[in-house]
Formats: sequence, structure tokens, C-alpha cells
Amino acid sequence: MAEALLAVANVSKRFGGLLAVDQACLSAEQGKITALIGPNGAGKTTLFALICGFLKPSSGQVTYRGEDITGRPPHRLASQGIVRTFQIVQPFAGLTVRENIAVGAHLHVASRAAALKAAERIAGEVGLGPMLDRPAGNLTVAARKRLELARALAAKPALLLLDEVLAGLTPSEIRDIVPVIRAIRDGGVTILMIEHVMQAVMNLSERIYVLAEGRIIAQGAPAEIAADPKVIEAYLGHDAANRLRGSAHVH
Amino acid sequence: MLTAVIIPTVINGLLMGAVYALVALGLTLIYGVLHIINFAHGALLSAALFAAFLCFRYLGLDPYVSVFGLAPLFFLLGYGLQRFVIGPAAHGKDSNILLVTLGLAVIIENALLYVFRADTRTIEVPYAFNVVEFAGSFLAVPRVVGFFAAFGVAAALWAILSLTDIGKAIRAVAKEKIGAQLAGIDVGHVYAVTFGLGTACLAVAACLLIPSYYVNPHVGDAFVLVAFTIVVLGGMGSVPGALLGGLFVGVVESLCGFYLGESLGQIGIFLMFILVLLFRPTGMFGERA
Amino acid sequence: MNSRKILPLVIPVAALAVVPVFVHSNVVLNFMVIALLIALVGQGWNILGGYGGQYSFGHAAFFGTGAYATAILQVRYGVNAWPAFAIGIAAGALVGAVIGFLSFRSGLRGSYFALVTLAFAEVLRILASVAPITGAGVGTLIKLDLRPISFQFQSRAAFYWVILALFALSLLIVRVIENSRFGARLVAVRENEDAARALGVDALSVKLWAMTISAAITAAGGCFYAQYFLFLDAGIAYGPWISVEALLAPIIGGLGTAFGPLLGALAVKLLGELAKFVTGDAPGLDLVLYGVVLVLVVWLAPGGVAGLMSRISSRKTRAAHG
Repeated sequence: MAEALLAVANVSKRFGGLLAVDQACLSAEQGKITALIGPNGAGKTTLFALICGFLKPSSGQVTYRGEDITGRPPHRLASQGIVRTFQIVQPFAGLTVRENIAVGAHLHVASRAAALKAAERIAGEVGLGPMLDRPAGNLTVAARKRLELARALAAKPALLLLDEVLAGLTPSEIRDIVPVIRAIRDGGVTILMIEHVMQAVMNLSERIYVLAEGRIIAQGAPAEIAADPKVIEAYLGHDAANRLRGSAHVH
Repeated sequence: MLTAVIIPTVINGLLMGAVYALVALGLTLIYGVLHIINFAHGALLSAALFAAFLCFRYLGLDPYVSVFGLAPLFFLLGYGLQRFVIGPAAHGKDSNILLVTLGLAVIIENALLYVFRADTRTIEVPYAFNVVEFAGSFLAVPRVVGFFAAFGVAAALWAILSLTDIGKAIRAVAKEKIGAQLAGIDVGHVYAVTFGLGTACLAVAACLLIPSYYVNPHVGDAFVLVAFTIVVLGGMGSVPGALLGGLFVGVVESLCGFYLGESLGQIGIFLMFILVLLFRPTGMFGERA
Repeated sequence: MNSRKILPLVIPVAALAVVPVFVHSNVVLNFMVIALLIALVGQGWNILGGYGGQYSFGHAAFFGTGAYATAILQVRYGVNAWPAFAIGIAAGALVGAVIGFLSFRSGLRGSYFALVTLAFAEVLRILASVAPITGAGVGTLIKLDLRPISFQFQSRAAFYWVILALFALSLLIVRVIENSRFGARLVAVRENEDAARALGVDALSVKLWAMTISAAITAAGGCFYAQYFLFLDAGIAYGPWISVEALLAPIIGGLGTAFGPLLGALAVKLLGELAKFVTGDAPGLDLVLYGVVLVLVVWLAPGGVAGLMSRISSRKTRAAHG
């Protein structure tokens, strides 16, 4: 069995009276795509923030390559190979696409010229070649998503955390970007993704964790998750799930 | 006989604190609803003080009378500034609002400087030095009036916010701007009304201060810094926070001024302000990572 | 960095350098000296505010520290003017580092950062107005000694070349920053601090360095002021006037551009002269004008003069191709 690149052990986060994440456990296997799904407000982005150092867990431990990285600041984690994207896209709006990606490249390269060159190459890989000199603020949503990916790639991650990278994309845009994500995985990058677009999740991921109300309620291969009644209930609510089950019995 | 000295100092601090609270109320209201820090607050207070001064000097109006004219006037001024200058100029960007309110502060303060020069002015009202005895202390009548008036205004504000339609609209916008917009509330109008209310508070504070205080173009700044400290201490957007914070700061300032003297007392306020900004509780305002 | 990047800097500086050869009027030279001084101070602000996106409302803290350090070292400790100048810059940089560390470590951004810098500057101003070492209310006077060894010059042209050299140096620093990893990270933090952190940028360190460099350059302006005017008091050294002019110049001229502060400084000073011409030397009117211009620029031309210029040139390019 492949080793876990990332291991999250009993991580919780409390905001005052609210327990946003409750004893969450998950692991991302090296070289695989792992998905984190769940209804809105379940705490998925909070969990990402806890893993990447944007928030400190109230309790629990995050391990990366066997090393305890709990609460380490994001920029240090980035240099260790953990890079995340954001649910609400955060381009460097005043900078061009090339300059945006170069910031990621600079993690490993000090020379401005080298970083800009690397940016050009990576832009090509995600299909942003023609837009290199456009200000990031002028890009379409789909292009911004690619930019988010490109920036993260430029930072040469070993573990890439994608936060709803497919949100806001049309079906054809999704169809276009999914192979890009797969190609990243094929290049050796481990991916942990939060996603709502079920079709893509089922297609892309090799293991799925389901988070509801801050707790992991199910985990396993896509087929198992799709059939899990707890998952259906979490998404559709108790009554709707019962009704579904009821109608299934009638047939 | 330390208590003979401490108690009056504390009581005077409370009286002063109520007026600070009034200035802070305007600031916290503006922050709570518009989410902007109004850098022009100090200059507007200076302008209000000069307005009260002019009413006294040229119209013979006692400040406790002119307040009834100045408060609505300054409400309109604040409304106009937000609706027609700050709102449009900022294009919605936070960094712009910062600069625009700074620009307004510079304009107002220096316009006052240009017109009135830097000399300090005072007004002489017959009751300025009347005192009232309480708990072994002699309290200046204007300060006592100021204390009660400040609470009165706070109560009036509370009433407006809780009971009137516009008050409800203001609270809605403060909580959830986009939702309020969808519900048909004219956010630009609400912003302007809020700013107007905040500025009106300044007019009242000015009329309460002027019998026992001096007027020059820079006075407003000193008050506003104290007001900022109060607002940050008491919680941005919290009306009771502004009141309690005001009283607290008033007492602290009184004690500091008593023990340290004028200038160092002023530094004390600035340092308290800096410390509050640097060490305020995590997550209170969401500015921390 | 190749000559292609340096040449656009050299030509305007060279043009400015020959001005005293043709212009002998002390009035004009004085105007240019002050404009370049404000441009230097503004360049300091520009690095933190224009490139870094952190708006300080208290840059007087660095200007005044540089000025007072230079003056006090000479007047009270007999230090020669030139090392005093260097120490003044270092002192300003140190104050910048301290204020920056305290503010950024506490996570202050936006309005809160502006507020705290304002407060720090005011604290220094009040301290300077009562501390005996600065001469308190009376102020500090540097002894007139018009010899180069005392960093004072008979001819105004000499002062002009000194301030021009300092500004040219600041241009070079900005150009180097623009083409470095540090600069790329700095503007990334400006555009989106969280995204930058996620990409490995140590935002605290970047902002702190920017603050320190910014403070050093502004302090250099303060040191020069002391040598040129030979008199300081708390209101001059740490007063709001310099905090306002420090931010006004780059905003009017174009935030985040190398020449913005110079364009803006010229505009601001010309406005000041206009105000004086129209209404005499009454205090306050020039600042009123500055405030109005600030609001107008933010409202109507956020890119400043540089922004307008690039909009005009891109329109011409489009017209040529269209």
C-alpha cells in the first residue's frame, strides 16, 4: 500500500461556541487524488485552512512525510511542498498572468528572468499561453481557475490542495480542465481536492472522504461512497433521504 | 487624604468620559455599518466646535440652544459627504476610502486653520464656572450637563436604531449588506444616514464641550484619537462598548493627567491607543490572519 | 540587470543634472531642491505604499528621526555632518523596523496600520516637543558653516546636485527592487497577502524589509532637510505636513512607479506655489489644496499622472493600430 503523504489525526477547531471541525481524520496517499466532499458549511475549507497553517487547530495533529507540521505557517509549508488554491479565486489582479505565475516560481528560483521563463512554460501547460501578458483582473472565471492552478504548479508542490477548483465552470470548461488535473497527478503530484461537482469527483478521485457538520462520516472508494446511505442523508437531509429510501422500497 | 483627591478625579473622569463616549459613538456607528474608519472624524469635531463658537459669538446663542440647530445641520453635512463625496470617490475600495477620508480631514482642518488661524478661542457662558457638589467633589455644571446629555443622546440613538424603520434598515445593512440590498434597501442612502448620525453626534458633543473647553483647528484630533481608542477597546460597532469604553478611558485619562501632567498625559493616551491596537483580542475584528 | 532597464532612469536624471548650468535663479533652484526632497521622501513612502500596498499615515516618524538625529549629533555631540547624515539614515531605518515589526507582527493591515503609524508619529512629535535634547519648544538650530565638510554649501546648485543624487539613488533602489524576487513578492503581498503566503512568501519578512528600506529613504530626506534649512522643531520634523506630502506625491504621480513620486512632488509643489501666489502666505491653504487634489486623484485618476500618461499612450497605440 502506498504511504500516506499527509495524515490528519483527530483535528478539531473551535470558534468560540462553534465546533467547526470535530476530530477529523484523513490521509492522502502519495501520488493519488483524494477528494473531500460534503454539504455546504460542513467545514471543508476550514479543514484545508487547518492543514495549511492558515488556522491553528484547537486539537489534533497534522503529519506530512512523517513530520509533525501542525500549525506551521503557510509559507513554510509551501517551501516544504504543500501548496493550496482558494475557493474564491485570489489572483494578483494588478499583475499579468506571467507575473502571477512567476510569484509561485520564485519559491525555488531567485532570478527574475528565470522565474518569468518558468512562468511562460507553465502557462503553456495549463493552456494560458496566449494570455501571458493580460492583467489577471481581466480574465474570465475559467481562465482564473487555470491561473490559480498554474501559480500553484509553479511552486512545485508535492501535495496540492485544490479548493473547489471546478466551481463556477460550465460543463465544457470542466471537461477541459479535468485532464489538466489528471496530468498533474500523473506528473507525481499528490492531490487533495475539495469538490462539489460530483461527476468530476467520481471520475477523478481514487479515495473520497465525506465531511458533514465538521465530522468525517464516510470514507472509501467512489463507488462505496455513492452507495453509502449516510452520505445521501448528509446531502439531502433526513426526510428526503427517507423518502428516497421509501420510494426505492416501493419499486 | 488621598480619597479626597482620587474621588473627584475619578468622577471628573467619568464626566469627561461620557463626552468621549459620544464622540466614540459616532465613530463606532460609522464603522459598524459602513465598515470604514472615518479619518475625518476629528476634523469634523473641530468644525463642529467652531460652528458652536460662531453661533455664540455672532448669533448670541448659548451652545445648549444652538445644539438643536447644529445637530441637524451636521447630520446633513455628514449625509452629503458620504453620499456625494466619500461613496463615489472610493469606488468601493477600502484603500481608497482611507485616502478619501484622510483627504477630507486635511481639507477641513486646514480650511479651519486658514479661516480662523491657529489661535485658541473660548466662549464665556455665565454658568461655565458654576459648580455642583457631589460625593465631596465640586463638579463643573457644564460637565455634569454633558454627562447626562451624552447618555440622553445614546438613548436616542438606541431608540432610532431599534424602533424606527430607518434604524432597522441600518441594522440590516450592518449585518448583511447584500441581503439588505436584495430586500430593496437603498444601501447608499443608509450609509449616508449613518454617516450623518455619526456626524450629528459630533455636533452634540461639540456643544457640550465648548462651555468648558477651548477651540482650535487641532482640538478635534486629540479627541478623536481617544475616541478611536475607545472604539477599538469597546468593540468596533458596539454602542454599549463605546459608552463603557468611554467612561473607562475618561477615568484613566483623568488619573494619568493628574499624576503625569498635560503633555505626558497626552502621550499616555497615544500609547494606550497603540497598545490596544497591537494587543487587541484575536479574531475580534477579523483583521488578523 | 541590463542597460535597457537603467537607461530610462539615466536620461531624465542627466537632464535634471544640467539644469543648474542654465538656470541661475535661486528661487527656481530652491523650488527644485524642495521638489526633489519631497520626491525622495515620497519615494520612500512609495516603496511601502505603492509597491507594498501598506499605507502609512505617519512617515513623519522617519523623516523627523533622520532630521533630529543628524542635527543633534552635530549640535550636541560635535559629530561631523557626513557621518551624522549616515547615522540619521540608520536611525530612521531602525525606527521603521521597530514600528513595522510591532505593527505587522500584530497583524495590522489597512486602516488599522494607517492608524497605528499615525499614532507613532504623534507620540514622537509630542516627545520631541517636550524633550530637552531637541530644544523642546524652541527647536534645534544647526550652526551655519558653509563648507562642504559640514555638509553645507555656498551655492544652491551644490545642494541641488546632492538631493538629485540621493533621489537618483532611490530610483536605482526601486529599479533593483522591481526586478528582484523581493519585489515580485512585495507586490504579490500587496495584491493578495493570503495567496502570496500560500505560495511560500513570508509576508511578515517582506513587509518588514519594505518598511525598513522605506524608512531609510524617507529618513535621508529628513537628514537633508536639516542640512538645507538648519532649523528644526517638533512640528517641522514630526508634523502631519510631511506625512501628508510623503503620500501625496506618489499617489498623484502614480503609485508603484519609479518616477511617480517625482511627478507628484512637482505637481504638489507647483500647486503650493499657486496657492501662495493667489492668497499670500496664509497657513493652511496649501494643505487644503493638497487635500482636494488627493480626493480628486483617488476619485478620478487612481493611477495618478503616470496612470494618465500610460492611458494616453495606449490610446495612441490603439489608434495607430485601429
